[in-house]
Amino acid sequence: MSFVHMAILAPFVFTLIVPFLYRYIRQIHTGWFVLVVPVLLFLYFIQFLDGLSMNEPIRTTVQWIPSLGINFTTYIDGLSLLFALLITGIGSLVVLYSIYYLSKGKEALHNFYVYLLLFMGAMLGVVLSDNLITLYMFWEFTSLSSFMLIAYWYHREKSRYGALKSMLITVFGGFSMLAGFLLLYIMTGTFSIREIIAAAPGIVEHQLFIPALILVLLGAFTKSAQFPFHIWLPDAMEAPTPVSAYLHSATMVKAGIYLVARLTPVFAGSAEWLWLVAGFGIVTLFWGSFSAVKQTDLKAILAFSTVSQLGMIMSLLGVGSAALYYHAIDDNIYIVAILAAVFHLINHATFKGSLFMVVGIVDHETGTRDIRKLGGLMSFMPITFTLAIIGSFSMAGLPPFNGFLSKELFFTGMVRVAQLDIFNLDTWGILFPILAWVASIFTFIYSMILVFKTFTGKYQPEKLDKKPHEAPIGMLIPPIILVSLVVIFGFFPNLLSYSIIEPAMAAILPGLLGPGDHFHVHISFWHGWTIELFMTLGVLTLGVLLFLSLRKWNGIYDYFPQKLALNKFYDGGLVLLERSSAKLTDSYMTGIMRHYLTYIFAFFIICLGASIFLLDAFKVDLTNIAPIGVYEAVLSIVLVIGALVTIFAKSRLTSIIALGAVGYTVSLFFVLFRAPDLALTQLTVETISVALFLLCFYHLPEIKQDKRTELRISKLIISVGVGVIMTLLALSSHSTKLIESISSYYVENSYTEGGGKNMVNVILVDFRGIDTMFEITVLGIAALGIYSMIKLRLERRNEG
Amino acid sequence: MRTNDIILQTLAKSFMFVVIAFSFYVFLTGHHHPGGGFIGGLMTSAGIILLLLAFDWKVLKTVIPIDFKILVAIGLLTAVGSGMGSFLFGVPFLTHTFGYFDLPILGKTELATATIFDTGVYLVVVGITMTIIQSIGESE
Repeated sequence: MSFVHMAILAPFVFTLIVPFLYRYIRQIHTGWFVLVVPVLLFLYFIQFLDGLSMNEPIRTTVQWIPSLGINFTTYIDGLSLLFALLITGIGSLVVLYSIYYLSKGKEALHNFYVYLLLFMGAMLGVVLSDNLITLYMFWEFTSLSSFMLIAYWYHREKSRYGALKSMLITVFGGFSMLAGFLLLYIMTGTFSIREIIAAAPGIVEHQLFIPALILVLLGAFTKSAQFPFHIWLPDAMEAPTPVSAYLHSATMVKAGIYLVARLTPVFAGSAEWLWLVAGFGIVTLFWGSFSAVKQTDLKAILAFSTVSQLGMIMSLLGVGSAALYYHAIDDNIYIVAILAAVFHLINHATFKGSLFMVVGIVDHETGTRDIRKLGGLMSFMPITFTLAIIGSFSMAGLPPFNGFLSKELFFTGMVRVAQLDIFNLDTWGILFPILAWVASIFTFIYSMILVFKTFTGKYQPEKLDKKPHEAPIGMLIPPIILVSLVVIFGFFPNLLSYSIIEPAMAAILPGLLGPGDHFHVHISFWHGWTIELFMTLGVLTLGVLLFLSLRKWNGIYDYFPQKLALNKFYDGGLVLLERSSAKLTDSYMTGIMRHYLTYIFAFFIICLGASIFLLDAFKVDLTNIAPIGVYEAVLSIVLVIGALVTIFAKSRLTSIIALGAVGYTVSLFFVLFRAPDLALTQLTVETISVALFLLCFYHLPEIKQDKRTELRISKLIISVGVGVIMTLLALSSHSTKLIESISSYYVENSYTEGGGKNMVNVILVDFRGIDTMFEITVLGIAALGIYSMIKLRLERRNEG
Repeated sequence: MRTNDIILQTLAKSFMFVVIAFSFYVFLTGHHHPGGGFIGGLMTSAGIILLLLAFDWKVLKTVIPIDFKILVAIGLLTAVGSGMGSFLFGVPFLTHTFGYFDLPILGKTELATATIFDTGVYLVVVGITMTIIQSIGESE
């Protein structure tokens, strides 16, 4: 158990004491105690930075189920560390923010922090696990804790709806991903990501490669809210704002990004990977930014914006996988896409986190998040306004903030896709830069809406529940820190490049580096009059024009996107699923015993009939047959008549007596076939059962006496079918004797070993006495059952 | 109105002993001839039922003051006990043995432990038959 394992498990362990802290230390906000965990973890993880720039991953193992190849193996390289720092760093800020956001008296804080810590530990586990099964376990933990966090205010209908939706979608993806992992295991024979990457070149041609790729991508796309699975994210905004800021902007939704980046060395050899990842990413980018413009709720804007930005990172990862086709590191122009993905990942976490916190402040101080009610808050909340403007401008990709840099790199990556000469990208690749450019315009518009509709314009006090004022300082500190990072990374991007971006890139593209080598990244503001710069200028011009004329053209949203809203498909699909399964179940679970018997017998006929037919098992062998005497023939005729009378009798009494005749005929058969014990028993038992039948007959109520004999075709077919099948089976089994009977042993040994001349009795009490013992137990149970059914008639007692 | 069943009652009294005696015979010779605990138990019950048909429950309970449910339990215990007895001799469950002894009146007689087991079967069968008939007969 290394320190890394303890670091992952620390949040889980801390959840155990949170309820006690909440219960017994009421005067201090529980969040202050919780804050210690992410801060310490952050400090712990930051010390790995030194070693990593030397490209030295750290790997530790604790055995879990070694016989199945499942171990708790941790692996720290640039990518893991980047995510671990994001999780713990933003986690600390979110906990600090939540201390001021959630009221000590009104909220169930222990629940909140337990779920949050569970989530944090799970997320650390996801990014630090080297074993796919461990990774999957932590992955589902994040789904679960996210489910609970979204439904934190569980008395609200919408929270429950959002939680259920996110649960269904992410768990669907999680299961697909597990299936993909298992396929990877089948192909490579190991669950360790390191070893799978090492075995990767050999599996590209494997027939399970594409299924595994698609299944893993399903997991990544659902978790990272890619089109068309993004629909859960806007509904997850019913969660408390710190949760939205943490889970649904900075960490959980990036788990899919992490997975794609992590498995890039495995899958990036195929055209499917590039097209799927880049294609879905770019569609998500466009659709998210397009949908964000029409939203009126601030958090909904941010949700769609997150969807869009995640799509951007995803498409960059997809495009960057092209780098692996050109094995040289020098002038490999696709590496820049990976650089952009990693850089934007950091940038997005900083500005989106801060924007969520800003929105939370606005919500907290005014009581609403509806931009139609808000306006003119600039003078009331100048600090919040400043934070919002920096965050939004960075999101829109304006200089001098970090969003500008990553957006430039993004354009560079996208422009270079069109130059690829593989996988038909030379024809269709041109769509990438165009979609990226259009999406950036929409990104610009919603970023402006977010700031200017909220903070400028007319102040409408009559629509607000509270009088707005500046937030408390504790609530402002976390967004201030994030925003200063936005600015710092904007001005000094190379602070990051050496320490974290290069190791992360080395982790995503391991094959390109020689030993001891590392990527050389230099991000600069000014790189000449390139096409990217003109694209940005175009975004700026068109964006401003469109924003100013927003009222004239946003009518298209009224009838266009509603028809395409995927929520309709989701809701309708759920309803359809529920209804059709109810209908299906109702159609065969009728509650009528006759129907169930029909299924059972039909199944019986089909299975046995088919196996007799398919295995060619039917065979009649007449060599081993005894001659038929007169007595047997007569008795058989009596038996058949008795059976027919039983079926076709008009009254019950006739049926019962005919059944008795059948029973006595059977005992005569026993006499004929020399089974005296059986004959005696059959005689007495038949007498008793006929008497019991008569008893039942006598007690049947008048009304229910139904003397009609209904002959149904289906019943006829089924019963004749069963009869025929059994006859065929009996004939076949009689004709194919595969092994000798063991009865000769009993014949020889019943007197010498059992001391009796009655072989039947010796078998019953001696050779196979245990059967008899349980049979008399059965009889005893039956007697007690009859006794208690008759004596303990509670219903009647209650009525009387 | 109660009819006078004098002929039935007289015959039942005598025949009952014949039936029960025969049932003992069938039970005891079961090891060598057709019969055994099961059929013997059923015949004993038949004898008791004959008495029951001629008289009524009250008479039956004074003549045979047995709770038949307990008879079932005793029978099961006997059967299981005869099986467990084999543990005392270090042999597997339900291992039977037999031997020939010279008994005072009967002469050379075979005694088998399987008979103990069969006695259990006999008692259970008598018990369950009578329990079922008693339960159904006493209900209205």
